[in-house]
Amino acid sequence: MANITDEDIRKPENLVYSRTKVLTENIMSYCPGCGHGTAHRIIAEVIEEMGIQDKTVGIAPVGCSVLAYNFFDLDMQQAPHGRAPAVGTAVKRLLPDHFVFTYQGDGDLAAIGTAETIHACNRGENITMIFINNGIYGMTGGQMAPTTLPGMKSSTSPYGRDVATMGNPLKITELLAQLPGTIYVARHAVHTPAAVRKAKKAVRKAFENQKLNKGTSFVEIVSNCNSGWKMTPNQSNKWMVDHMFPYYPMGEIKDTVGKE
Amino acid sequence: MKELRLMKGNEAISEAAIRDGCDGYFGYPITPQSEILEYLMAERPYEKTGMIVLQAESEVASINMVYGGAACGKKVFTSSSSPGISLMQEGLSYMAGAELPAVIVNVVRGGPGLGTIQPSQADYFQSVKGGGHGDYKLITLAPASVQEMYDFVGLGFEIAFRYRNPVLILSDGAIGQMMEKVYLTEQKTRLTNEEIREKYPWATLGKVPGKHRNIITSLELESAKQEKVNIRIQAKYREVEKNEVRYEEILTEDAEYIFVAYGTSSRICQKSIELGRAKGMKIGLFRPITLYPFPSERINELAGKCKGMLSVEMSAGQMVEDVKLAVEGKTKVAHFGRLGGIIPSPVEVINAIEEKLMGGK
Repeated sequence: MANITDEDIRKPENLVYSRTKVLTENIMSYCPGCGHGTAHRIIAEVIEEMGIQDKTVGIAPVGCSVLAYNFFDLDMQQAPHGRAPAVGTAVKRLLPDHFVFTYQGDGDLAAIGTAETIHACNRGENITMIFINNGIYGMTGGQMAPTTLPGMKSSTSPYGRDVATMGNPLKITELLAQLPGTIYVARHAVHTPAAVRKAKKAVRKAFENQKLNKGTSFVEIVSNCNSGWKMTPNQSNKWMVDHMFPYYPMGEIKDTVGKE
Repeated sequence: MKELRLMKGNEAISEAAIRDGCDGYFGYPITPQSEILEYLMAERPYEKTGMIVLQAESEVASINMVYGGAACGKKVFTSSSSPGISLMQEGLSYMAGAELPAVIVNVVRGGPGLGTIQPSQADYFQSVKGGGHGDYKLITLAPASVQEMYDFVGLGFEIAFRYRNPVLILSDGAIGQMMEKVYLTEQKTRLTNEEIREKYPWATLGKVPGKHRNIITSLELESAKQEKVNIRIQAKYREVEKNEVRYEEILTEDAEYIFVAYGTSSRICQKSIELGRAKGMKIGLFRPITLYPFPSERINELAGKCKGMLSVEMSAGQMVEDVKLAVEGKTKVAHFGRLGGIIPSPVEVINAIEEKLMGGK
């Protein structure tokens, strides 16, 4: 094989991969090793591939991804903690020809915003909801989340989550799948190339579904939080596979599209 | 000839919104303002003008729907009564911080807590001092008639979009429920998305290729930048204070004593003036129409010309604090109020001014 110089590599015809134009050049504020960046990327790639950048409005949450609007090259709104589904509801109702997505973490979507989440899905709002579940409050320094596993340590469950006094982890995704308003509910991860491909397919479907105007599409992405879990990125991904996946199993939970 | 209709205050709000070309209403039922949502649902404005009407799951959701709609440059509003407005305070603070225009209607009932469903003016502090967190103001309009309920919807949207700040219509259970004649305005057309882009270049309607994206947020983590945001917002409020003060005066020219009252209380005071003047008392009424910005300057002028002012409120004494600040000690200021949903009678008000300012009967 001929020697390839650095200059050759940089030639456009030799590029095999580049940053999607739907992401800005801003440096992401996420910890190295965290899944948020990859989740952002696949959403941005889907929007670019669908050619809907000029017709998309994104809703950012409160939490680690509060600054999501700095990273997506899209018109974005930053919602109060937990309220993204209510904000997104109005945006979609007032701009029915646009694509609207919310991007929320577990504390935002499954604790403080539970009512907004359930009711937006129950009304079958024609939006795409992306849910990042890493079982912890990352932004505020590793407190217990509604999805923190039994026995899992956090700064507010320093001896491990005691389900007798702290409740059980909330499988809100399964709960939402019970509602007639959701048409597509899936759970994926972004820790391996194969997982990323599957997650991206689900995100694509969740966005394509908005063209059908039939209900809410919901994709949970189980992610690591190496900082919050106090592990290296590799350790945290392994821990996620060993502990999070059994409780939050991967796959399509509900898909009513094309089955009518 | 103008169209004339007999309407409840709450219904007038809804009809005004439809005719003003409003894009959406998001609300949750609560007495004594549920007619606003009921009227809109019955009218089906979606079929006439394309206006969206949605019953939300809570007041928290309603105000955040308003946030989302306003961020798209749409003319959106919500309404509630006291306990529900308390739930909206987070959203209102966010809207003021993100500089979003919208109209919010509070048909006030008695508190604290669940209180009573009867009319009250005890939400004055919450309205004009910033009920939510942070340095911000709600531009507050106080209607005293069903006609003003109607008129202040259009006026409210106008002011809200002029300053990119929420406008509160501070009404009460009496004005919301009572029926009066209302002159209606012509149906306005709603703005198209293209018109919104032109008028409000900050609106999030999708990133136009080749242009910078629009971001609606109240967050700025760098304090040096956040302070600049605060200073800019404060400068806006100084403009509001310069340009938007509104009030009405009745028989203040020769008045020795002046009632200061807004909304329902001002209507009671009008009757008290009739009764008092018949007895030879030289009394008049100063009615603030904007509670923020408060007409302090004019009150100060009047204070220099009269012997005393009585702040008449259906509260334990809230606006009276602003009256005292405005008067700067130039004249005597007293407060008379009824609480818990009681509306004072005109005679009670006359007795109060005699007792508190005129040295008894």
